[in-house]
Amino acid sequence: MVGPEIDRLMQLLGRLPGLGPRSARRAALALIKKREGLLLPLAEALTAVAESVRTCAVCGNYDTQDPCAVCRDERRDKSLICVVQDVSDLWALERTSAFRGRYQVLGGLLSALEGVAPEDLAIDKLVARVRDDAVTEVILALPATVDGQTTAHYIADALEAEGVTVSGLAQGVPVGGELDYLDDGTLLAALNARRPV
Amino acid sequence: MDWRDEGIVLAARRHGETSAVVHILTRAHGRHGGLVRGASGKAARGLWQPGNLLDVTWRGRLEEHLGQFTGELLDARVAGLLGDRDRLACLASVCALAENALPEREPHPLLFEGLRLLIGALARDDEWAPLTVRWEAALIAELGYGLDLSECAATGATEGLEWVSPRTGRAVSDEAGAPYADRLLPLPGFLIDAEAPTDRPAVVAGLRLTGFFLERRLFPALGRPVPPQRARFLDRMTG
Repeated sequence: MVGPEIDRLMQLLGRLPGLGPRSARRAALALIKKREGLLLPLAEALTAVAESVRTCAVCGNYDTQDPCAVCRDERRDKSLICVVQDVSDLWALERTSAFRGRYQVLGGLLSALEGVAPEDLAIDKLVARVRDDAVTEVILALPATVDGQTTAHYIADALEAEGVTVSGLAQGVPVGGELDYLDDGTLLAALNARRPV
Repeated sequence: MDWRDEGIVLAARRHGETSAVVHILTRAHGRHGGLVRGASGKAARGLWQPGNLLDVTWRGRLEEHLGQFTGELLDARVAGLLGDRDRLACLASVCALAENALPEREPHPLLFEGLRLLIGALARDDEWAPLTVRWEAALIAELGYGLDLSECAATGATEGLEWVSPRTGRAVSDEAGAPYADRLLPLPGFLIDAEAPTDRPAVVAGLRLTGFFLERRLFPALGRPVPPQRARFLDRMTG
């Protein structure tokens, strides 16, 4: 039906998250139809990113410079570190513009099932940063799952000797959430975390 | 074919973008795996967490297939434990032990009921720590490495049992064991007497006792190491 180049493009697009073979075909077709406006700029952008992207040696974020833009920003509060599982979580928090400290990307969660041990995560790096950078608070922004919170407790234990405040994200009713539609676990967490109004 | 049963989620491994391969300890079908479509979705991600009690339905074209699970939450126990270090470590440990030690599709109703009770106790303020030791002892026994705590292996005495022989797993009385105390494992009283104290030192002694047989007998026979969650739990209890 199509030449091997287009077939390869569709196969590669089909490997992206959220895209299956059918949607990859549609995306490839859209790119081809918008050759000047989309396909060529995308190819250039991909090449540029592939050549320049690197992992920040300080926090583990992706950027084209090392240290990344977040770590280079002098206006950010150095005494606050927010610990996240993955770069996608860091970018999600950055979207809110609510956090003005710095980050540490762990690179996963402790999981015996997946064979992830403490030494596979950036926990030692975090402890060293807390010690060297006069950090006063570490915010553990990890998933509200058994693995996520097991990792959070492990990190809290590892930081105990450093005399730093360790906090975690609140759990409960999401903005716009109606109680009737919430699962029992979220409701229970919300009740446990209630606060004076 | 299909069946419906009560089950406790032991482990969930992500499969693809939105699905997961989940292992559940069920009452009548033992530890059973199955694919859960949409397990990472908004509505379902809280459901398939280790420790949750579910009403599950398994469907597969053939019995030997992996099949698919669907489920409904019966008791959301995990949410209440996430903030408690000791209890969460305990939950992670017992789920990992069951996941790694129990054979697939072999019913162990006693262990299921024990785990159900234990997780219920974890969610309340019951005495969950001694229950954990008892459940681990039951796991060891159920898989063929049971401790014999009925009488002293040396004298036959049923009173004053203070030790367990690491070689035989049999109880030893204080009198008979005294000369070998450094080689015997302390036996916490609550394992033979329901009225005995269940304070932290007794629980730790119990965890060391069951831990010895998990590490030296059960898991070597299975050809795999004790899951690291067990060591983390013991660290928490001794720390």
